[in-house]
Amino acid sequence: MIEIKNISKSFGDRKIINDVSFTFYPGKTNLMIGESGCGKTTILKLMVGLHSVDEGQILYSGRNFPALAPREKQDVRKEIGMLFQAGALFDSQTLEENVRFPLDMFTHLTKAEKLDRVNFCLERVKLEGRNKLYPSELSGGMKKRAALARAIANNPKYLFCDEPNSGLDPKTSIVIDDLIQDITREYNITTVVITHDMNSVLEIGENIMFIYKGQNWWVGTREEILKATNKELYDFVFASEFMQQVFKASRS
Amino acid sequence: MTLFFHIGRYFMLLFRVFSKPEKFSVYGRQIIYEIYSLGIGSLSIVSIISVFMGGVITIQAAFGFSSPWIPLYAVGFTTRESMLLEFCPTIVSLILAGKVGSNIASEIGAMRVTEQIDALEIMGVNSAGYLILPKILAAMLINPFLIAISMFLGLVGGYLMGISSGACTSYEYIFGIQAFFEPWKLYYSFTKVVVFAFLITSVASYFGYFTNGGALEVGRSSTRAVVITSILILIFNLILTQLFLAR
Repeated sequence: MIEIKNISKSFGDRKIINDVSFTFYPGKTNLMIGESGCGKTTILKLMVGLHSVDEGQILYSGRNFPALAPREKQDVRKEIGMLFQAGALFDSQTLEENVRFPLDMFTHLTKAEKLDRVNFCLERVKLEGRNKLYPSELSGGMKKRAALARAIANNPKYLFCDEPNSGLDPKTSIVIDDLIQDITREYNITTVVITHDMNSVLEIGENIMFIYKGQNWWVGTREEILKATNKELYDFVFASEFMQQVFKASRS
Repeated sequence: MTLFFHIGRYFMLLFRVFSKPEKFSVYGRQIIYEIYSLGIGSLSIVSIISVFMGGVITIQAAFGFSSPWIPLYAVGFTTRESMLLEFCPTIVSLILAGKVGSNIASEIGAMRVTEQIDALEIMGVNSAGYLILPKILAAMLINPFLIAISMFLGLVGGYLMGISSGACTSYEYIFGIQAFFEPWKLYYSFTKVVVFAFLITSVASYFGYFTNGGALEVGRSSTRAVVITSILILIFNLILTQLFLAR
């Protein structure tokens, strides 16, 4: 479980994150949604330590991450897997080397055991047999799946996904969403997904936080989001004509 | 103020670079890869330049020594002294600053802007150590060999040019490159090479590591790395020469 308590962050005079609190539960896909520029990615970067918080606590199973010593922070990070928006695969390494990287770094498995684990992860994301391909030889969707395979290679307790559907066609988006949800449930991972894709929200949003202007504006589930009366959330969810029609149709 | 900011940040980065590696075997593999990438990859350009420069220095020496009072073996002697003391350690290092320095800065800079460095950090890897330490160690290990080859090929180039142009005889040239040889000069040359190798890799890595933005900034970092490294090589060349050769 990850809890963020009253976190704030400013860049210069601009307060980007303002007193945000939320609990991310294990075995559930926890979503952070909101308009572009509302502070979702900043919160994610604060959570993984790429930015430092000005105020507040980030508790990983009770350990306050910002207050830990560098070595202890590294230990927490070894329990984290992250899927970046653009994949962030290592260009100079093959798919197999990319997925094997955390195993090389942090485990004492034999070569054969590592290969087994790599093949298992690649199979899990439906990329079996592509071991020797380089990231430049993969499509956008394949890169995301490969990055997901790398993120789960070392059995993480926490999985962060930064806009996993951006730039993907609807069919591939669903594949990625389903993979994230399946992996989360199967291994009881605390998964945090940033998205502004409403399909994803309705597909996998089990615990949702809506961020508006750097603040926690609304909390609920995918079932509750369509009935929410919050104006800013309503404007976000029903921004498209299509969503409004779907909603009207479902009500009638 | 900006200068002090960069110097401070550079030393803080070095502190992270030289902290204990997560796993020595992984770093060892990276060093071997970098030796191949930075060293072997530069062999052809270093060889070509050395042969031609050796030839040019021989012709210039022969042209300058028109007085009958100067023995012709002085052509070989001058070529050796120029190649060993200055051309191979300093000029080849400047060339490597351009080739290897820009390569390192753009590689690490591209990794920064595509979030690959963030990915390393989030995994719990000391990204500065993993990316930069193998490059520094590899260059400090392989560059002396590269420069030794450059010295040899420079003298070969001088020999070929000296003989073919009739500037001196084979005997005179070979006698000249052996005359009044003082081995400690090699110690001076290779000390310079190791210091320059450290500067090339660490400064280029610094500019790459702190790249912000996109492709344009990667290009700027690369250019800045080459310019600053070249200036530092010239400054340290002066300091080391003063330390070793001043009487």
